Amino acid sequence: MPVEAHIKEHPAWFKRFDAVWTPTVLLLDSDGRERVRLEGYLLKNDFDAWLRCGLGRLAFMKKKFTDAEPWYDEVATRFADSHFGAEATYWRGVARYSATHDHTVLAPLAAELQEKYPGSVWSEKAIPWG
Amino acid sequence: MGVSWSRDVDQSLSEAKEQGRPLLLDFSAAPA
Repeated sequence: MPVEAHIKEHPAWFKRFDAVWTPTVLLLDSDGRERVRLEGYLLKNDFDAWLRCGLGRLAFMKKKFTDAEPWYDEVATRFADSHFGAEATYWRGVARYSATHDHTVLAPLAAELQEKYPGSVWSEKAIPWG
Repeated sequence: MGVSWSRDVDQSLSEAKEQGRPLLLDFSAAPA
Protein backbone atom coordinates (compact mmCIF):
# COMPACT_ATOMS: atom_id res chain seq x y z
CA MET A 1 0.00 0.00 0.00
CA PRO A 2 2.01 3.02 -1.24
CA VAL A 3 1.73 6.48 0.29
CA GLU A 4 3.40 9.60 -1.06
CA ALA A 5 4.44 12.46 1.21
CA HIS A 6 5.80 15.64 -0.34
CA ILE A 7 7.74 18.02 1.88
CA LYS A 8 5.69 21.01 0.69
CA GLU A 9 2.34 19.30 1.18
CA HIS A 10 2.96 17.23 4.31
CA PRO A 11 5.79 18.73 6.40
CA ALA A 12 4.18 17.39 9.59
CA TRP A 13 4.56 13.83 8.32
CA PHE A 14 8.29 14.37 7.90
CA LYS A 15 8.53 15.32 11.57
CA ARG A 16 6.18 12.55 12.69
CA PHE A 17 8.25 9.85 10.99
CA ASP A 18 11.68 11.47 11.53
CA ALA A 19 12.33 11.84 7.82
CA VAL A 20 15.41 14.07 7.75
CA TRP A 21 16.42 13.67 4.14
CA THR A 22 14.84 13.01 0.77
CA PRO A 23 14.18 10.66 -0.67
CA THR A 24 13.37 8.59 2.38
CA VAL A 25 11.27 5.46 2.02
CA LEU A 26 9.83 3.58 4.98
CA LEU A 27 8.31 0.15 5.09
CA LEU A 28 5.80 -0.17 7.89
CA ASP A 29 4.11 -3.35 8.99
CA SER A 30 0.34 -3.61 9.11
CA ASP A 31 0.39 -2.25 12.67
CA GLY A 32 2.19 0.88 11.51
CA ARG A 33 5.58 -0.07 12.97
CA GLU A 34 8.57 1.03 10.95
CA ARG A 35 10.60 -2.02 9.96
CA VAL A 36 12.89 -0.75 7.20
CA ARG A 37 14.18 2.70 6.23
CA LEU A 38 15.92 3.75 3.03
CA GLU A 39 17.56 7.18 2.93
CA GLY A 40 18.85 8.35 -0.45
CA TYR A 41 18.26 7.44 -4.04
CA LEU A 42 18.74 4.01 -5.61
CA LEU A 43 18.61 2.94 -9.23
CA LYS A 44 15.55 0.87 -10.11
CA ASN A 45 17.29 -2.50 -9.94
CA ASP A 46 18.67 -1.77 -6.48
CA PHE A 47 15.38 -0.28 -5.31
CA ASP A 48 13.55 -3.41 -6.43
CA ALA A 49 16.07 -5.51 -4.52
CA TRP A 50 15.79 -3.27 -1.44
CA LEU A 51 12.01 -3.52 -1.51
CA ARG A 52 12.09 -7.30 -1.69
CA CYS A 53 14.57 -7.46 1.18
CA GLY A 54 12.22 -5.19 3.08
CA LEU A 55 9.26 -7.46 2.47
CA GLY A 56 11.41 -10.32 3.68
CA ARG A 57 12.20 -8.30 6.78
CA LEU A 58 8.52 -7.64 7.44
CA ALA A 59 7.78 -11.36 7.29
CA PHE A 60 10.85 -12.19 9.38
CA MET A 61 9.86 -9.74 12.11
CA LYS A 62 6.47 -11.44 12.30
CA LYS A 63 8.39 -14.72 12.71
CA LYS A 64 6.98 -15.91 9.38
CA PHE A 65 10.36 -17.33 8.43
CA THR A 66 9.12 -19.52 5.60
CA ASP A 67 7.44 -16.46 4.07
CA ALA A 68 10.59 -14.38 4.48
CA GLU A 69 12.94 -16.83 2.80
CA PRO A 70 11.51 -16.59 -0.75
CA TRP A 71 11.84 -12.77 -0.71
CA TYR A 72 15.49 -13.05 0.25
CA ASP A 73 16.01 -15.91 -2.19
CA GLU A 74 14.69 -13.82 -5.05
CA VAL A 75 17.16 -11.05 -4.26
CA ALA A 76 20.02 -13.50 -3.70
CA THR A 77 19.41 -15.04 -7.13
CA ARG A 78 17.67 -12.57 -9.45
CA PHE A 79 19.30 -9.50 -7.90
CA ALA A 80 22.58 -11.12 -6.89
CA ASP A 81 24.61 -8.30 -8.44
CA SER A 82 22.63 -5.56 -6.76
CA HIS A 83 23.80 -3.80 -3.59
CA PHE A 84 21.54 -6.13 -1.63
CA GLY A 85 22.71 -9.50 -2.94
CA ALA A 86 25.00 -10.20 0.01
CA GLU A 87 22.49 -9.00 2.60
CA ALA A 88 19.76 -11.13 1.06
CA THR A 89 22.03 -14.18 0.99
CA TYR A 90 22.77 -13.67 4.68
CA TRP A 91 19.16 -13.25 5.71
CA ARG A 92 17.97 -16.09 3.48
CA GLY A 93 20.21 -18.36 5.52
CA VAL A 94 19.09 -16.84 8.80
CA ALA A 95 15.44 -17.28 7.79
CA ARG A 96 16.10 -20.91 6.88
CA TYR A 97 17.89 -21.52 10.17
CA SER A 98 15.14 -19.77 12.11
CA ALA A 99 12.50 -21.91 10.42
CA THR A 100 14.32 -25.22 10.89
CA HIS A 101 16.78 -24.70 13.76
CA ASP A 102 19.17 -26.68 11.59
CA HIS A 103 22.54 -25.14 12.36
CA THR A 104 24.19 -27.04 9.50
CA VAL A 105 22.82 -24.46 7.04
CA LEU A 106 25.05 -21.76 8.49
CA ALA A 107 28.56 -22.97 7.56
CA PRO A 108 27.73 -23.37 3.84
CA LEU A 109 26.11 -19.95 3.98
CA ALA A 110 29.32 -18.42 5.35
CA ALA A 111 31.30 -20.13 2.58
CA GLU A 112 28.85 -18.91 -0.08
CA LEU A 113 29.13 -15.35 1.18
CA GLN A 114 32.93 -15.52 1.25
CA GLU A 115 32.99 -16.82 -2.30
CA LYS A 116 30.46 -14.43 -3.83
CA TYR A 117 30.92 -11.32 -1.69
CA PRO A 118 34.40 -11.50 -0.14
CA GLY A 119 34.59 -7.82 0.81
CA SER A 120 31.06 -7.50 2.12
CA VAL A 121 30.14 -6.73 5.69
CA TRP A 122 27.64 -9.59 5.40
CA SER A 123 30.48 -12.02 4.74
CA GLU A 124 32.18 -10.66 7.83
CA LYS A 125 29.03 -11.11 9.90
CA ALA A 126 28.94 -14.77 8.83
CA ILE A 127 32.55 -15.50 9.89
CA PRO A 128 31.51 -17.14 13.19
CA TRP A 129 29.49 -19.72 11.24
CA GLY A 130 32.40 -20.89 9.09
CA MET B 1 1.71 -1.08 -14.51
CA GLY B 2 1.17 2.21 -12.66
CA VAL B 3 1.22 2.56 -8.91
CA SER B 4 -1.83 4.04 -7.22
CA TRP B 5 -0.36 6.37 -4.58
CA SER B 6 -2.31 7.49 -1.57
CA ARG B 7 -1.72 10.95 -0.09
CA ASP B 8 -3.42 10.27 3.23
CA VAL B 9 -1.12 8.53 5.66
CA ASP B 10 -3.67 8.08 8.43
CA GLN B 11 -6.27 6.56 6.15
CA SER B 12 -3.63 4.29 4.65
CA LEU B 13 -2.42 3.21 8.10
CA SER B 14 -6.00 2.37 9.00
CA GLU B 15 -6.53 0.40 5.78
CA ALA B 16 -3.22 -1.39 6.22
CA LYS B 17 -4.27 -2.52 9.68
CA GLU B 18 -7.71 -3.63 8.50
CA GLN B 19 -6.30 -5.56 5.56
CA GLY B 20 -3.15 -6.86 7.27
CA ARG B 21 -0.99 -5.30 4.58
CA PRO B 22 2.32 -3.45 4.81
CA LEU B 23 2.64 0.19 3.93
CA LEU B 24 5.34 1.90 1.88
CA LEU B 25 5.77 5.57 2.75
CA ASP B 26 7.76 7.67 0.28
CA PHE B 27 9.04 11.06 1.45
CA SER B 28 9.95 13.27 -1.45
CA ALA B 29 11.02 16.81 -2.22
CA ALA B 30 11.07 16.33 -5.97
CA PRO B 31 9.38 18.99 -8.09
CA ALA B 32 5.86 17.99 -9.15
